[in-house]
Amino acid sequence: MFFQNQIIRNKHLIKIFTFIIMIFLPQVVLSAGDNISYPKNNWSFSGITGTFDRASQQRGLQVYKEVCSGCHGLRLVAYRNLKALGYNDDEVKAFAAENSVNDINDEGEIIQRAARPSDKFVSPYPNERAGRAANGGAYPPDLSLIVKARANGADYLHALLTGYVDAPAEKKIPDGMYFNKYYAGNLIGMPQPLYEDGVTFADGTKATQAQMAKDVTTFLAWASEPELEERKRIGISVILFLLVLTILSFFAMRQIWAPIKNK
Amino acid sequence: MSKPKFKNPVIKWIDYRLPIFTFMDHELNHYPTPKNLNYFWNFGSLAGIALVTMIITGIVLSMNYTAHVDHAFDSVERIMRDVNHGWLIRYIHMNASSFFFIVVFVHIFRGLYYGSYKAPRELLWILGVLILLLMMATAFMGYVLPWGQMSFWGATVITNLFSAIPVVGESIVTWLWGGFSVDNSTLNRFFSLHFVLPFVIVGVVILHLVALHRFGSNNPIGIDVKGTQDTLPFNPYYTIKDLFGLGIFLTLLAAAVFFFPNFMGHPDNYIEANPMVTPAHIVPEWYFLPFYAILRAIPDKLGGVLFMFGSIAVLFVLPWLDRSPIRSSQFRPIFKIFFWVLVFDCFLLGYLGAMPAEGIYVILSRVATGYYFFHFLILFPLLPYIEKTKPLPMSISQPVLSSAATASASATREKK
Repeated sequence: MFFQNQIIRNKHLIKIFTFIIMIFLPQVVLSAGDNISYPKNNWSFSGITGTFDRASQQRGLQVYKEVCSGCHGLRLVAYRNLKALGYNDDEVKAFAAENSVNDINDEGEIIQRAARPSDKFVSPYPNERAGRAANGGAYPPDLSLIVKARANGADYLHALLTGYVDAPAEKKIPDGMYFNKYYAGNLIGMPQPLYEDGVTFADGTKATQAQMAKDVTTFLAWASEPELEERKRIGISVILFLLVLTILSFFAMRQIWAPIKNK
Repeated sequence: MSKPKFKNPVIKWIDYRLPIFTFMDHELNHYPTPKNLNYFWNFGSLAGIALVTMIITGIVLSMNYTAHVDHAFDSVERIMRDVNHGWLIRYIHMNASSFFFIVVFVHIFRGLYYGSYKAPRELLWILGVLILLLMMATAFMGYVLPWGQMSFWGATVITNLFSAIPVVGESIVTWLWGGFSVDNSTLNRFFSLHFVLPFVIVGVVILHLVALHRFGSNNPIGIDVKGTQDTLPFNPYYTIKDLFGLGIFLTLLAAAVFFFPNFMGHPDNYIEANPMVTPAHIVPEWYFLPFYAILRAIPDKLGGVLFMFGSIAVLFVLPWLDRSPIRSSQFRPIFKIFFWVLVFDCFLLGYLGAMPAEGIYVILSRVATGYYFFHFLILFPLLPYIEKTKPLPMSISQPVLSSAATASASATREKK
């Protein structure tokens, strides 16, 4: 009976998997978190083979540039990174040159020069205090990591951008605050940013609120996880390799143990 | 044990003067291992591999990390965005830490179920608990390094625990911080300790292995090896079995790293630390949640700290708390049920640690904490006086030779 029969060994495997599931369960409970639920969207970048929709990313960049960048920075992203969206060197150079950055010239004087592709996105405010002063005390957060830094990332962001509705009659809205059904506490310092036809897309796509929200979210998801496409691509090969290794080692194990088990 | 014959003249020359090859041949090749080990015995070697993975990825990360409050967060983002495959190294480090804890927790519960802590393996067990404690300290300090919101506030909450110590508490906290709040000097010393403690862990792991190889592995039946008929050489039987287990482990780890890299993290840690803004819920990493639940279950601050450390302390003295001479739960029908109650209790504590400390959660935390200590302090010492145990087989290979009594016992076991 020493190498007990197959059923008993399978029972051990089941136990191992039960362990793993039980470990992960609290995480699922955790990530459920808040009571507000956000509408699920079908993102181009979700799933194990997901990639960013280039056209949507480019439209999203346009929304960011024309709407969000008035108040929100993107300080961790460099202009050169925009090549990942399908722009060529000249386009990136021209895009960067529209902004100016502080620098020091050879004489040691502080000067302003056109931004280069190697520069990071120029933030709208020189520092947090300036940002607060310009926005009634509320600081518009930098958006470089916004999709990773919120539970339900992309779905949350999309919901928030389209969540401006008329406040219930009994709700008091203080000055400088706005009602958003998806924001924790419902009172948000950001006025509704996206209106129908707020931007005119270069590719002729109709700029509905939902379309703009979807595009800018796709763009910001890329800004948060620029490695996503490479990560998933490598991941598939790595897992296939490991599965082959595991299956081979399983049969090698069976072979090596066969004389012991059949004794 | 006969001297191994090495054919390669260089190896022969070295081994004659420095017998490391004889040592490795003895401890990794011929090392006699009980032949009835199940898959739960894979988790020791998995833990070792996880430790090595953490150290290698950690050293690479440290080459690109800046331990300064103004630069730490950005230097981690630089690793994620600009360092070649930096995201891969960091995501492996992040996720392997969680997998390391999963593996070690299974390893510990394996030891509890099969009584691996009992004589003559008490020191082996104690060294293992010491490794757990060092791992917890290392993981805690590592979580502070990215300098996100949870890093900062987690560090603030946990270091503040020491202020519960009467009289000198406040001074100890100031000493730990190197200042009057969690700040640059705190980050610097945490980086220093996070770098060095893993090597201390390696040292204790070596002692753990020396103690293990003194008497060899315990086994699912829990009775001593009686002779060579009960054992197999470690290589190839357990090297190949460990490789198979490693394949499964790496596949799961890769799935997390490549497809759900932030699943076990908290989104708030992608917000840079801000001492002026407290997060809505301060939650530690998942592997600390059961201990966090015990901490919060006790209404008194000092009491909470004592119970939290007590939950580890009872593990240190477990070999003397358990009065039963029988190792394996297979022959302890009542203990076996309570073992699964304890497993459930630990998961419940983990769940409660993630919930806000209010209402029903507080009451449940107290019940679950109470059971944890009941299990170790009352059940372990007293159960052996009540419990009627099943007859033990004569030896590991004996059931194959089969005497009437144990053959029927094993038959009922197989039916289950």
